[in-house]
Amino acid sequence: MTESTELVDTNPLHPDALAAAVAAAVAAFDAAGDLAALAAVKPAHLGDRAPLLLARRELGSLLGHERADAGKRVNAARQEAQEAFDARREVLVAERDERVLVEETVDVTLPWDRVPRGARHPVTQIAEHIADVFVAMGWEVADGPEVESSWLNFDALNFGKDHPARTMQDTFYLGGNETSGTVLRTHTSPVQARTLLEREPPVFIVCPGRTFRTDALDATHTPVFHQVEGLAVDKGITMAHLKGTLDAFARAMFGAESRTRLRPSFFPFTEPSAEVDVWFPEKKGGAGWVEWGGCGMVNPNVLRNCGVDPEVYSGFAFGMGLERTLMFRNGIPDMRDMVEGDVRFSRAFGI
Amino acid sequence: MRVQQSWLSEHVGELPSAEETAEAFVRVGLEIEELHAAPEITGPLVVGRVAEIEELTGLKKPIRWCQVDVGEPEPRGIICGASNFAVDDLVVVALPGAVLPGGFAISARKTYGHVSDGMIASVRELGIGNDHAGILVLPPGTAAPGAEARPLLGLDDAVIELNVTPDRGYGFAVRGLARELACSLDVDFPDPAARVVVPAAEGDAWPVRLEDQGCLRFVARRVNGVDPAAPAPWWMQRRLLGAGMRPISLIVDVTNYVMLELGQPLHAYDAARLAGPIVVRKAAAGEKLVTLDDVERTLDPDDLLIVDDSGPIGLAGVMGGASTEIAGPGEDGRIDVLLEAAHFSPPVIARSARRHKLPSEASKRFERTVDPQLPPIAAERAAALLVEFGGGTIADGRTDEGAAPVLPPVRMPLNLPDQIAGIAYPPGVTVRRLGQVGCRIELATGDDGRGGVIATPPSWRPDLTQPADLVEEVLRLEGYDVIPSVLPPAPGGRGLSATQLRRRAVSRALAESGFVEVLPFPFVDPTVWDAFGLAADDVRRTTVHVVNPLDAERAELSTTLLPGLLDTLVRNRSRGAADIALSTIGQVVLPHRNPVEMLDPAVGSRPSDAEIAQIDAALPAQPVHVGAVLAGDREARGWWGPGRAAGWADAVQAAVLVGQASGVQLRATAADLAPWHPGRCAALRVGDWIVGHAGELHPKVVEALGLPPRTCAMEIDLDALPLDESRPAPRVSPYPPITVDVALVADAGVPAAQLADALAAGGGELLEHVRLFDVFTGEQVGEGRRSLAFRLSFRAPDRTLTSEEANAARDAAVAVAAERHSAALRG
Repeated sequence: MTESTELVDTNPLHPDALAAAVAAAVAAFDAAGDLAALAAVKPAHLGDRAPLLLARRELGSLLGHERADAGKRVNAARQEAQEAFDARREVLVAERDERVLVEETVDVTLPWDRVPRGARHPVTQIAEHIADVFVAMGWEVADGPEVESSWLNFDALNFGKDHPARTMQDTFYLGGNETSGTVLRTHTSPVQARTLLEREPPVFIVCPGRTFRTDALDATHTPVFHQVEGLAVDKGITMAHLKGTLDAFARAMFGAESRTRLRPSFFPFTEPSAEVDVWFPEKKGGAGWVEWGGCGMVNPNVLRNCGVDPEVYSGFAFGMGLERTLMFRNGIPDMRDMVEGDVRFSRAFGI
Repeated sequence: MRVQQSWLSEHVGELPSAEETAEAFVRVGLEIEELHAAPEITGPLVVGRVAEIEELTGLKKPIRWCQVDVGEPEPRGIICGASNFAVDDLVVVALPGAVLPGGFAISARKTYGHVSDGMIASVRELGIGNDHAGILVLPPGTAAPGAEARPLLGLDDAVIELNVTPDRGYGFAVRGLARELACSLDVDFPDPAARVVVPAAEGDAWPVRLEDQGCLRFVARRVNGVDPAAPAPWWMQRRLLGAGMRPISLIVDVTNYVMLELGQPLHAYDAARLAGPIVVRKAAAGEKLVTLDDVERTLDPDDLLIVDDSGPIGLAGVMGGASTEIAGPGEDGRIDVLLEAAHFSPPVIARSARRHKLPSEASKRFERTVDPQLPPIAAERAAALLVEFGGGTIADGRTDEGAAPVLPPVRMPLNLPDQIAGIAYPPGVTVRRLGQVGCRIELATGDDGRGGVIATPPSWRPDLTQPADLVEEVLRLEGYDVIPSVLPPAPGGRGLSATQLRRRAVSRALAESGFVEVLPFPFVDPTVWDAFGLAADDVRRTTVHVVNPLDAERAELSTTLLPGLLDTLVRNRSRGAADIALSTIGQVVLPHRNPVEMLDPAVGSRPSDAEIAQIDAALPAQPVHVGAVLAGDREARGWWGPGRAAGWADAVQAAVLVGQASGVQLRATAADLAPWHPGRCAALRVGDWIVGHAGELHPKVVEALGLPPRTCAMEIDLDALPLDESRPAPRVSPYPPITVDVALVADAGVPAAQLADALAAGGGELLEHVRLFDVFTGEQVGEGRRSLAFRLSFRAPDRTLTSEEANAARDAAVAVAAERHSAALRG
């Protein structure tokens, strides 16, 4: 029996021995403080020379059912040790992750504006906005030259040669003298004439562009400014259509509640002619009316000058100043801000 | 045109408040310039008679100590600084306790050694005009001393200031304004011109000969023995004051008054100073005339003149001459006045007034057309007023040379106003409204059976020439507010054009990469070309000239965007900005070398295609350019480290970015073009075609323009970039690439882009991409040489490449580089 007791003590397949090996492994794993320590103790308990693995080799010396029983015991013990390892590793990995992420934390408020974003001028932005509004209604955008012939800037638009309306435009004359026939366009209206000369009605166009008048620069005037021109020529176009278009335009620019009203006026290229006022709630100083631009039914003389038969076609036209629109829409107090090119001004409007 | 509300109500009856009256004008198309409310005066304001005047001496300016009878037992002592009055004159006195407009409180106060017990008031102090040259002297007999002055001064009367549009000349008179007001308020309007009785007269008042079509009608009427010293009645003076005119003398005041009332400018000659018949003719070149304002004017052959045997005596319709001006009474204290009431051709007067920069009250009316039926009526009215207030008698004869032009009738379909407005007006509206503005109406049925209107415009409405003009009358009088709001049926639009989309893409790309868009003026000082270092024959010096610039030094239209951008850069810099990147997109103006003549075709029909083409050819080329300038740091200094100064490469990259946003790969080649640094300037090309330049500016340019050191710039002709509307889709290979790095040693003068081109050419179809990743110079590669390291990326569309294939392709690429540029693989 003494021999057999010794045998029990030294037999690695004995349940007690297996239990002791498992207990030792679990204790060692639990004692490991980090992943490195865990990795360091792993070979002693789960490596090739670990008791549980050595026990497995002893199986070959057993026979029959003894071998089968012992095999089960060894596998169970090994699995228990492995699970203890895995559990401990999971804990340690989680601990490690948490610590590392904390260590890698940065100050996300640090700026990274190595190349600051630029900006586009509000006049460009509003011109594009207007173009988009009209393109969405099925209109097109037309362009024309800034240095223009007197004929297109005036004559084609029914400005008589000596009509006072011509002098009211404060024209920049170009070339040798005032009669050279070339001017800086005083309005975007010559694009109306150009478009009608180029294509057959129906014509529905808007033309945003730069215009020029000899007004000295001050808080409310600038010699170089921008307008948007609208022109619709088709069969059966009425002044009601003009009103409808202006109302839609106003709603797009000034909000759904805004509306327009017309006051009779005079422009050589429209008859009847009107001034447009717009009412909108966000007007600086409270909801109210502001003068917005000029408009009217295209004067049949203009149609004739452009080869369009006024007996068949009629049309309307309108024109607004973009700087002026921005001033009262965005509350810009001084025209000079829009022409001086101070980057701080444009930056406020983004891209 | 300024007019007192009471003058209007004299013609149209009782009026609503000044605000509502103004509204009524606006409704029919007369813009309100300003509504001058009746001046607010409280406290005692009375008429006074100057009883005594003592001139105080020993003072820096003339001061009078006056005793003024204000209807009290004793006269009041008042200090006055004006000298334009005499004993017995009637004046207006504000007594202590009165408050004049602007909160000017009057009290008894000690001044110049006396207690001034009130104030003798001027027109301006009373708020009824701008005249402050002296105090207001009322005509004798206007009122008794002590009388309440307020009703006399019309201090309950607002002045309405209207902006008359250039098509409505008749609006420059009470007659026309009252008619508009009557239409707006829908009340009856008795025409004041119709009230003037023009008796038949025998013979001429003066011999007159019209030798030029510029004068269509000339009426003269003579009043003998007028007392020129008699003042105009106070009511007349008050109306002139309200209109912003200064009462001067009876004769001048009457001509002005009748002009304001009826619209017909009049001229009064001193008949004694006229020599021989009056002739109206064009000026001879070099002829001279001293006008009423004592300025000698050299006349133009297009100027229309009034002459007598002595030569020119007036610039027709613009200003009279000094030589025949009413001088002073004759020996008997009386004067014979010859009144001229003429009708001139509007363009002739417009040109003359513009030429001599004399926009007078007369020319303003004549150039907008005056009712040609008015001359005899206005002359008669003025003559009667002269006799009434200045005595004398109207001489028998009346000259009436020429004739009033006849306005042709305008025919239009009866329902045209409804059609244009897009509304159905109640029946009869068109006929009623046209009648209201003065048209004579006939109804007619057209050949097509439609009802028509034949409207003969009244003599004062020469602007009614076509159906649209009649339509406007109906629509504006019915009110634009009744026209409904209807969106027109949407046409099928094509969206933005490729050019428009490109411009937007470029604009956004530059902004996203840090450039701030600015919109500088195109006006340029030609000395900038010297600062730019442009050669004398540089094409950019050839500019279009502005005849009438606002700034005489900037009288040229720029051929490049850079001067405006650099100006703006300097402005931002002066305001404390250090790191600046600006961009702009706009037309530049490039005159043609051999310009064709500008055409000015007749109107009334479409010019021929050839004429339109010539107009376009006569205009300078105006391509859209995009430009950018940079100074300071392109990348900011920060906690990551130092900043990176903007350099030539940033300018070139901005240009390349413009190309990319346009769908075009721009190629940079070395260039030497002012104002750029000769060693740091790139030409940007599409194929071989140069579309712009970029790089660092020449140090001399930087110095001359006061720019920050190493300022960089680029400018691209956007219109020169081909529009790439349909790009072919690439075949994207799913197989992995093989990348091979090669370092090539070549002469330092071989441009990197050319070496890359050579590698690309030699690499064959398998070469997908060449990218330069390092540049090295130093002893190891030898003097005057440099090493450029490229990464070549090879890929096949249909298989995974073997390294043997990639190496063979690399060898082929290097071989071409070696052959073209003597480049060697770095060992």
